[in-house]
Amino acid sequence: MLRGLFNSVQIAVGAFGIGLLIGTGGAYGKLYGGPVMRDLLEVYTTIVRAVPELVLILLLYFAGTDLINRVLEAMGYARIDVNGLVAGIWVLAFVQGAYATEVIRGAILSVPQGQIEAARAYGMSPGMMLRRITLPAMLPFAIPGLANLWLIATKDTALLAIVGFNELTQETRTAAGQTKAYFTFFMAAGALYLALTLVSNVIIARIERWSRRGTPSVAGGGR
Amino acid sequence: MSPSTAEAESGAAEAIHIEQLHKKFGDLHVLKGVSLSARDGDVVAIIGGSGSGKSTLLRCINCLENPTSGVIRVNGEEIKLKADSHGHTVPADRRQIERIRSKLGMVFQNFNLWSHMTLIENVIEVPVHVLGVKRDKAIATAEALLDRVGLADKRDVYPAFMSGGQQQRGAIARALAIQPRVMLFDEPTSALDPELVGEVLKVIADLAEEGRTMILVTHEMKFAREVATHVVYLYNGLIEEEGPPEQIFGAPKSERLKQFISNIH
Ligand SMILES: Nc1ncnc2c1ncn2[C@@H]1O[C@H](COP(=O)(O)OP(=O)(O)OP(=O)(O)O)[C@@H](O)[C@H]1O
Ligand SMILES: [Mg+2]
Repeated sequence: MLRGLFNSVQIAVGAFGIGLLIGTGGAYGKLYGGPVMRDLLEVYTTIVRAVPELVLILLLYFAGTDLINRVLEAMGYARIDVNGLVAGIWVLAFVQGAYATEVIRGAILSVPQGQIEAARAYGMSPGMMLRRITLPAMLPFAIPGLANLWLIATKDTALLAIVGFNELTQETRTAAGQTKAYFTFFMAAGALYLALTLVSNVIIARIERWSRRGTPSVAGGGR
Repeated sequence: MSPSTAEAESGAAEAIHIEQLHKKFGDLHVLKGVSLSARDGDVVAIIGGSGSGKSTLLRCINCLENPTSGVIRVNGEEIKLKADSHGHTVPADRRQIERIRSKLGMVFQNFNLWSHMTLIENVIEVPVHVLGVKRDKAIATAEALLDRVGLADKRDVYPAFMSGGQQQRGAIARALAIQPRVMLFDEPTSALDPELVGEVLKVIADLAEEGRTMILVTHEMKFAREVATHVVYLYNGLIEEEGPPEQIFGAPKSERLKQFISNIH
């Protein structure tokens, strides 16, 4: 089971990280991209957020691996066994990316326009503006949404059980099936998910405090 | 329109030169052929009613707004413009614009300090990351500048924890840190509580005193009269009258300008 937990965390971290990259690019494309880019991204975020994740995972996992193999065969290579871990990460990242796009887009829109204008007025290039100003300035607005996404990522790894991947839930099912102690094992699995969330919360709170270092607290009373 | 003869005779180099500048926002024709020039050491005050195009004129100088037509030269270098696929005029060379911008110290009405950086980080940001100045050197310069605007003790404070007047003085230090050829001010005191206006105006007056080239959009007529070497009255997208402050405020010719001045007082 601990091996399952480890796998789950690994997938969640990978999916969340790649999802963040997709989300940042997606948000930028949606805000500043050309009309075609915007439409494509709109289709992406709408569809991914509309279709149940379970369906998406089945679709992307089976269709995705099948597609890769067909392409490989067509190019004259042998079929490969797609690594479950890698596939799981990419499938979840694809889903996470759609949500992250919307979270980050909203956060960028919340950055006072004047700060971005000041960066332009002082001759920053678009790339530097993104790195130095826009992303750090939007962080306080994005953290709550991204924190939710992270927690969803940890739990969505359970969905990968249906494609036979040995993450936490799947390992639990196996163990429970062998010993017939279903209640004990699923309680334990639940406790592990809870522990993961609690640890996450502590880390998120730290990151949030750091990202809001330039913002007076709502409650008043300085920093 | 030519610069006043007194300025032309001084022989100082031309820092800003604007010729027949037009700016349209869609169908709205905001600037209708404005020409203006500032030589080194000039303090040009732009005055005029709300919506007359003062901010737009200032923002065209560093291409925060793209002019629809006209010529803009900064330090003798003409900003290259081209038409994009929609027929809008846009900068032809992004790097040229970035280079020109990094020589113009812009101070905004709403300060626009970067909220995720402390004051000193704000001041060294552009020197270090855009101009490539060494970090310790930039910090030393920044500390001297903060001292100068009276904010040495706010060095490590985030903008949201400072008063408006302090933020604006900090923003002026940020502008000075790039060693600008020209300072551009867009109503630097109109977002401030009345009791904070004085401290900011004093800093700006000191800069004028030491001969900095500045273009200043302002509603503070008394201040404009004291510090400006040249005053431009903008009405409805055109220069209605311009000249030395004594003339503009003491003996205005245009009826509209007379009216404008008497309304302000
Ligand atoms: N980005 C924009 N899009 C459309 N119209 C604009 C834009 N910026 C300014 N305008 C319009 O251009 C005109 C001139 O605006 P500008 O801000 O230059 O006036 P101003 O002289 O600075 O006025 P104020 O004293 O109120 O600041 C106004 O009618 C304004 O509504
Ligand atoms: Mg204005």
